[in-house]
Amino acid sequence: MNTKKKNNRAWFLVLPVVLVVAFTAIIPLMTVANYSVQDVLSPDNRVFVGLEFFRQITTDPAIVAAFQRNIIFSTQILAIEIPLGIMIAKLMPRRGWKAAAALVIVAIPLVIPWNVVGTTWRVFARPDVGLLGVTMNQFRPFDIGNTPADAWFTMVMMDVWHWTPLVALLVYAGLRAIPDAYYQAASIDGASAVSVFRFVELPKLRRVLMIALLLRFMDSFMIYAEPYILTGGGPGTATEVMSILLAVIAVIQFDLGQAAAFSLIYFLIIQIFSFIFFTVLTLDERPGATKRAEKKVKAEARKREMADDAASRSGVTNE
Amino acid sequence: MATIELQNIAHSYDGGETFALKEISMTWEDGKAYALLGPSGCGKTTLLNIMSGIIKPSHGRILIDGVDITDKPTEERNIAQVFQFPVLYDTMSVRKNLEFPLKNRKVPADKIQQRVAHIAELLGLEDQLDIRPGKLRSDLQQIVSLGRGLVREDVAAILFDEPLTVIDQNFKWTLRNRLKRLHLATGVTLVYVTHDQTEALTFADDVLLMKDGEVVQVGSANDLFLEPSHEFSGYFIGSPGMNFLDAEVSNHEVVAHGVHLGPVADTSLSGPHRVGVRPEFVVPVEKGGIDMDVVKVENRGGFQLAQLALADQKIMAKLDADLEISAGERRAFGFVPERTFLFHDERAVSTMKPMSAGAAR
Amino acid sequence: MSDTIAPVQRAGTKGTYFDWKSWLFWLIMAVWSIPLLWLMSMSVRYNEDILTVFEIIPSRISFRGYIEFFSEPQWYGALINSLSYTTMNMVLSVAVALPAAYAFSRFTFSGDKHLFFWLLTNRMAPAAVFLLPFFQMYQSLGLFDTTYAVALAHMLFNVPLAVWILEGFMSGVPRQLDEMAEIDGYSFPRFFLTVFVPMIRAGIGVTAFFAFMFSWVELLIAKTLTGPQAMPLAVQMSTTSTAAGLDWALLSAAGVIAIIPGVIVIWFVRNYIAKGFALGRV
Repeated sequence: MNTKKKNNRAWFLVLPVVLVVAFTAIIPLMTVANYSVQDVLSPDNRVFVGLEFFRQITTDPAIVAAFQRNIIFSTQILAIEIPLGIMIAKLMPRRGWKAAAALVIVAIPLVIPWNVVGTTWRVFARPDVGLLGVTMNQFRPFDIGNTPADAWFTMVMMDVWHWTPLVALLVYAGLRAIPDAYYQAASIDGASAVSVFRFVELPKLRRVLMIALLLRFMDSFMIYAEPYILTGGGPGTATEVMSILLAVIAVIQFDLGQAAAFSLIYFLIIQIFSFIFFTVLTLDERPGATKRAEKKVKAEARKREMADDAASRSGVTNE
Repeated sequence: MATIELQNIAHSYDGGETFALKEISMTWEDGKAYALLGPSGCGKTTLLNIMSGIIKPSHGRILIDGVDITDKPTEERNIAQVFQFPVLYDTMSVRKNLEFPLKNRKVPADKIQQRVAHIAELLGLEDQLDIRPGKLRSDLQQIVSLGRGLVREDVAAILFDEPLTVIDQNFKWTLRNRLKRLHLATGVTLVYVTHDQTEALTFADDVLLMKDGEVVQVGSANDLFLEPSHEFSGYFIGSPGMNFLDAEVSNHEVVAHGVHLGPVADTSLSGPHRVGVRPEFVVPVEKGGIDMDVVKVENRGGFQLAQLALADQKIMAKLDADLEISAGERRAFGFVPERTFLFHDERAVSTMKPMSAGAAR
Repeated sequence: MSDTIAPVQRAGTKGTYFDWKSWLFWLIMAVWSIPLLWLMSMSVRYNEDILTVFEIIPSRISFRGYIEFFSEPQWYGALINSLSYTTMNMVLSVAVALPAAYAFSRFTFSGDKHLFFWLLTNRMAPAAVFLLPFFQMYQSLGLFDTTYAVALAHMLFNVPLAVWILEGFMSGVPRQLDEMAEIDGYSFPRFFLTVFVPMIRAGIGVTAFFAFMFSWVELLIAKTLTGPQAMPLAVQMSTTSTAAGLDWALLSAAGVIAIIPGVIVIWFVRNYIAKGFALGRV
């Protein structure tokens, strides 16, 4: 049993991390919060405007539209990446040199700098010099610079290409963790491959899939570099996702107040999801879980005692 | 119910360099309970997996009722297996778990109902049929796993791979008993792999003691205890196991470390041998006997466990609880001659010569 | 744990059984690598050809893109910048995270759950939110346009990640080990460095991989905090793309070169990655 010792001096060990993260996170956030409730007309002239910027943000049609685009985008990529990732994970070899080779190859898209991903697909999708563009053009006119649907399509494909490996690797690891005995038992029970997937693999992958789902949802919600380089948010605002719009407001329009308010709301949305993620991830590990486990042990102990009493009373003996 | 035959079965995991399972031929009789007992690495799990079809043996054939099934995959053999931990479909209820093997084999629905009801009753699971097995205690979970094996009428044997491994100590006993009673009730051939001798000896009709890929001795619990044919049977069985001494047989006398132990039964023997005697058969004697120092005495409730010294050799003895004895004494002990064995090349070749007059106990 | 679905020696599998799974997998991998292969193909072609001739297999090969990359200081300098802040960040993140992860793994202390969760929130922080404050902060610290700024800023998400992953691995080491070392008279630093750390080698490898990966691929913060001096490779590539005439060959070469460090790192930790993903704490 790995029980933890209660020791408040552990804070010393954690201190460096706290300092670093505070430095890199809290102070900036405070700055952002500061800006979100003040209109900075000039360095000496700041006016407290309360929640004015927040109201502007939540009613600004551009922002609402960007939010909707994010939701649609995240839903679409999840619908593709999760099943595809599972499929690839199931196909991946598990033993020998092939397993290591497969792992490396599947993982490569994950270590490509995001701007390179954007650049690669930007060229790839050009109807004049790009393989994808040229191929698509054979069937119908394809132009990611001018046709919103084409730009969106490419953006989705790019994300699938880029991030499905994450899902695949998570699911692969999850599958590897399933003890052989389950497959052997399924074999003995005469189960078909579909049954094995449905009754053995999928239940055991629940946690991993939840993690993959939440991670991908959150990351896709925050996506910036790849679509920015691919289309710059265009044509028009067809692919303008929230982070691109935020960068525009902050860095180009220099609307600090709006940018700050936007940031905080954006941040809040992510935090809510990360709370869900954290809860799911640590379902078995939380202190509450230990209490539940303890209650279970006590209940079993009581059952045991009652069984022993009953047994001794009825004089059950060893055969 | 069927007869399972192993013909020259052997297995090497590395293409013939080393054999995890050395050649074995035997027939598993219908309806008996067998135990494969031995330390880790002795080949018992390999043998079990060969029988269930998880491994294809590198040599030899297996036949069920005369039909060669060596090349048949697991699902086509009529074998069921219970694993080290409960293997259940946790999204299905207990009932559905039990129905699963039959459904996959396209058994008609009313027959499935019947079988499941019958097995549930046999296993005492009637009240749990509609619960998810994840909510049951681990020993009951193993019962459900077993149920999936029993529910098929055509099952030739049920194999157990150390099934009590994750069972709480308090329930091991009850589960073991239930398994034994189920065996008697159903008459299915059972093969039980374990490294725990108590499990093996209480469960099985016949125990196969294994070491380094070989079956060292086959027999009932009594046989292995009272008539070990191999040093390993002496060493592994019993708690503590047999005492061993290096000895020399000359002029039909056994001499160990300068001490005369007595005459040997088989007078054709001579030369170096090993003497083995179980602690149960090291007894204090009034006269004659061998003087030994009593190093330590532990009271174990029903008996006393004494550590004796015979010329620097440690000898363990199990003595009556009410015998007066304490550490530091020097007393005379004798080895019950019919239960004192001589081993040559690890095989038992003789006992000591029984005394003509009544032996002191 | 399962390393196999169908053991090689499994009874009943016919010798000539067609491994369609393997074929399908490698087919998918081949299709998946097409965008990269396209990139590589572009990196060895002449710019005029790229823009005028559409061909799958280049008829004329030139390594000018690569040669130029390694002879232009602004390009190979950018590569060095990226490598340096990524490495610094990797080392710093792991170093800072190790004691913290140990604390989370071994002790309960007031507020530990909340702290752990708060760390997670930073992993999930959208970079866009921090642009402006980071910019101002590092400016005022005089660290703007240095690789140090990026190395530090990336710790925002890499340190929580490192703590997470390390804690997962550390929890797999039984407490008895710590207790035994204490009984044997090891001082804590000695125990930690000579006994504990070697035991979680795999965890450190995985953590270093993910820290490297997330720092290497990140664009936004790296771009915001740097100017001409500390320009990362990613930014160098994107500035080129706003120039009048795009040097596709050079850009593609830079892209290919940008992928190589990542592949090397994956290769080194390939045996441990599966475990890292298994913890689900990516």
